[in-house]
Amino acid sequence: MDIKSVPQDNSETYANMKKAIYAADENGRMQTVGSTGWDVEEIATQTALEEIEKSIQDAYEEVKAGEKSPLYYHMYDARMDLLVLAQSTGFFQWTIKRHFRPEVFRKLSEKKLLAYCDVLGKTVDEIKTVPKDRDE
Amino acid sequence: MNSFEHTHHAHCESGVVSSMLRHHGMHLSEPMVFGLANALNFAYIPFVKIGGMPLIAYRSMPKSIIRNIRKNLKIEMKMETFSSKEKGEKRLDELLEEGRIVGAQSSVYWLEYFPKEIRFHFNAHNLLIYGRNGDEYAISDPVFDKSVTCSRASLTKARFAKGVMAPKGLLYYPVSVPKENNLDAVIAKNIKKTAKTMLNTPVPIAGLRGMRYLAKAILKLDSKEKKYARLFLGHIVRMQEEIGTGGAGFRFMYASFLQEASERFCNDPVLAEASKLMLSVGDEWREFALMIAKSIKSKKPIDYRAISEKLMHISENEAKVYRKMLEFKAKN
Repeated sequence: MDIKSVPQDNSETYANMKKAIYAADENGRMQTVGSTGWDVEEIATQTALEEIEKSIQDAYEEVKAGEKSPLYYHMYDARMDLLVLAQSTGFFQWTIKRHFRPEVFRKLSEKKLLAYCDVLGKTVDEIKTVPKDRDE
Repeated sequence: MNSFEHTHHAHCESGVVSSMLRHHGMHLSEPMVFGLANALNFAYIPFVKIGGMPLIAYRSMPKSIIRNIRKNLKIEMKMETFSSKEKGEKRLDELLEEGRIVGAQSSVYWLEYFPKEIRFHFNAHNLLIYGRNGDEYAISDPVFDKSVTCSRASLTKARFAKGVMAPKGLLYYPVSVPKENNLDAVIAKNIKKTAKTMLNTPVPIAGLRGMRYLAKAILKLDSKEKKYARLFLGHIVRMQEEIGTGGAGFRFMYASFLQEASERFCNDPVLAEASKLMLSVGDEWREFALMIAKSIKSKKPIDYRAISEKLMHISENEAKVYRKMLEFKAKN
């Protein structure tokens, strides 16, 4: 890629950051150039973010409807899924799935709650409920 | 605080190592570090999942740059991991107190100075810590254009994130850096090594074989759910382009390495040619990403065959670069 082709698309997903890219000048000499974004990358990132946002919103509604425990929402809100939460806590996936049941979650020991709090970055009070309104 | 100066780099691990060595009087550009560490690679590992998607990497395993540079340049480098957060915090403070600059592995998600848009659970990020003011750390994150600060709480959380490739608080720093190195010999050796690794990978999931394997997997998306197929394709691009990874970016960086190497060997024409070829392979990777982005956005059915063929084509052209690299003979 030559320097002039380095995309400068001011991508929202760059949040005003710049990324260094190696490109060739008119004499073919390579050096780093700061890029403000590339639409192609932004589309890929946005697709992933939309998917995450949808999981969080779906989870939020299921918790509100009493079908799932707040843990289910907080997992997605921390951009995790069952696999990552299991790897992070060391709990089995089936154990965590049980904790998604509101009646099981309510009786959970302080120790287990703290394990979730630690990997999700929440306090015990926060993890027991979901926010009243969620702004994205 | 020490006299460390921040530099903006294309990639985290090679950037940290380049900055760290420069601070210790060894001037190696980021592409040179990347090239000498044999960092260029490709892997498609369907049975290792990240966020529900298979692992796709455009470079060697995390930490391999640190390890290979240490070995190839005979640098005495300490690498320490910790059994608890408290021990890890304490050790970092001690090292900074001694005036050292310290490399650290971390999660991206828990680093507060990262924009929310790109905070994902990726545990193999690298950054350099060069000072502390109370509970604020001065950090040189190579993929940021300026140095940043980070609170103790956020940094500790990021250093001790759990899960795949958990950093376990990893800290690394050179103890002694050799004054003399026969750099030319190391360059020649590693150019050959990279070319051979890419051409003759013993396992089907890495090197050029890994690319062809992924190309076949793209063809199979036709029979999968549409939504999954879109996410899968998007994932390939994200792994290729997003900050902290950079697939085409690695090809451009390697082209820069080959150029620098050519200059060291009296403008060696073989390496100069290989550099040009690699530069155009990088462009093709970007065309590939563009092709995918267009098809994800479009309402029309996705042409999996065309995307798959493009990737096959790239693997053939990359093979040409590696064969060219094998023609290189050091003349001294």
